[in-house]
Amino acid sequence: MLECKDLQIEFDRKSVLKGVSLVFPERKISAIIGPSGCGKSTLLRAFNRMHDLTRGAKVTGSVSLNGQEIYGPGQDAVLIRRRIGMVFQKPNPFPTLSIFDNAISGLRLSGVRNQAHLKEAAEQALTDAALWDEVKDRLKSNPTTLSGGQQQRLCIARALAVNPEVLLMDEPCSALDPIATAKIEELMFRLRERLTVIIVTHNMQQAARASDRTAFLWMGELVEAGETEMIFTSPKKSMTEDYITGRFG
Amino acid sequence: MNRTHLARKLYGRAMEAVCLLASLIAVVPLFAFLWHLVAKGASSLSLSLFTQLPMPPGELGGGLLNSILGSLLVVGCATAAGIPVGIGAAIFMTEFASPSVTSALRFACDVLSGIPSIVMGLLAYQVVVVPMHHFSAASGSVALAFIMLPVVVITTQEMLYLVPHSLREAGHALGIPTWRIASSITLRAAAPGVLTGMILSVSRIAGETAPMLFTAFGNPYLSLDPKSPIATLPHMIFNYAISPYDDWHRLAWGGALILVIGILGATLLSRFILWWHQRSLNS
Repeated sequence: MLECKDLQIEFDRKSVLKGVSLVFPERKISAIIGPSGCGKSTLLRAFNRMHDLTRGAKVTGSVSLNGQEIYGPGQDAVLIRRRIGMVFQKPNPFPTLSIFDNAISGLRLSGVRNQAHLKEAAEQALTDAALWDEVKDRLKSNPTTLSGGQQQRLCIARALAVNPEVLLMDEPCSALDPIATAKIEELMFRLRERLTVIIVTHNMQQAARASDRTAFLWMGELVEAGETEMIFTSPKKSMTEDYITGRFG
Repeated sequence: MNRTHLARKLYGRAMEAVCLLASLIAVVPLFAFLWHLVAKGASSLSLSLFTQLPMPPGELGGGLLNSILGSLLVVGCATAAGIPVGIGAAIFMTEFASPSVTSALRFACDVLSGIPSIVMGLLAYQVVVVPMHHFSAASGSVALAFIMLPVVVITTQEMLYLVPHSLREAGHALGIPTWRIASSITLRAAAPGVLTGMILSVSRIAGETAPMLFTAFGNPYLSLDPKSPIATLPHMIFNYAISPYDDWHRLAWGGALILVIGILGATLLSRFILWWHQRSLNS
């Protein structure tokens, strides 16, 4: 279970996230929705300490994974990120590595040397990401020869190869067509069997059809969170209703 | 109406002609120089130029074996020292240092690259020649290494900046250590550009003459000892060109042609690498 309590984030003293508390239950797909600039991605990136890389970013409050404080003293961000993987908005495979090497890049560049193990891990990760059948005959090719949807699934495979407990997805389908999007969503349902998925999306239909729980963020604050069905059929706050029915945002 | 239209068109044509003339003035010297060099140097190009040592004054013939090997040695050692240090510094500046440290280092590199090469020669003289009590190939390499260092740092840094930030983020998100992201992902993505910068920095120092005057010093005999004075191609061209002997003038032209072919070849090679990389990315 991933949990954040009173999470506040500033960039150069400008407050972007103003005290968000949320629980992401294990083996569920949780969606974070809200209009552009509401702090969805900022919230997501706090969970694997990506803000450590941004100068001027300040994170206060608590994030914990199964009770372990992620921002606690002595916690190594590198090790945290191996347990909490991430997929980005734009597919970003490493252009200088082959499809095979991309799939196992997280393992190999973290010091795994065993070739048999790497080979096995590559096939497993590509199979898990529903890409194996499409690339098994061209594992040595450059990932730029793949379509956008395939590249994004390669990025998911790359994240899965490290065997994370949580997968963060930051608008993973916003650069993809509907067919590629459907494949990624189908994949998310299969991943739910073994890990926790948190997806940021500005596509409300996607949140409605592909998530178990939904959190609605507005202006850096949590408006409402709960079962997706509840949020989309009988929201408690009028603002949530206005947003999901398209009256603003 | 029609008249102003015509005047404007004429004015446009005239400006175009002026700009064309300016670009011709810029490229004509290059071709004139190359033509002159080939005309003068081609006749002295022969196998003996590469295989024989210089003859004593007054005797005809001989070659440039000692200065060709000397240049290769001095430039090679300078490159072996300057490139790893330069790439390491550039990686530190783009991947690890804070913006203020990076801009301070960059400023230092800009200043260093603006220092006249003869002053760099003086530095090597002070640091290497004076303590060793004699001129040496090693001191020449030290001078050239310091001349090429800022070039390598600046070009590598520019190339690393061009690598999209999203690749570094992807690496971090996989739990890859920062040094590994820098060496295996960022530097690798920038490799063709970095390689081009390396080749250009080598061709920059290969033609340096001034710092050789009081470091490598020159040597009429064949020597590959880093502790001894050594002949280099540009320095040899200088010595032979100011000599009173026609046959030495001939050798100087031959040496100049070899040097220019080498530098031109390196530049074309770097262009080819970039072109080839662009093409393989697009296909």
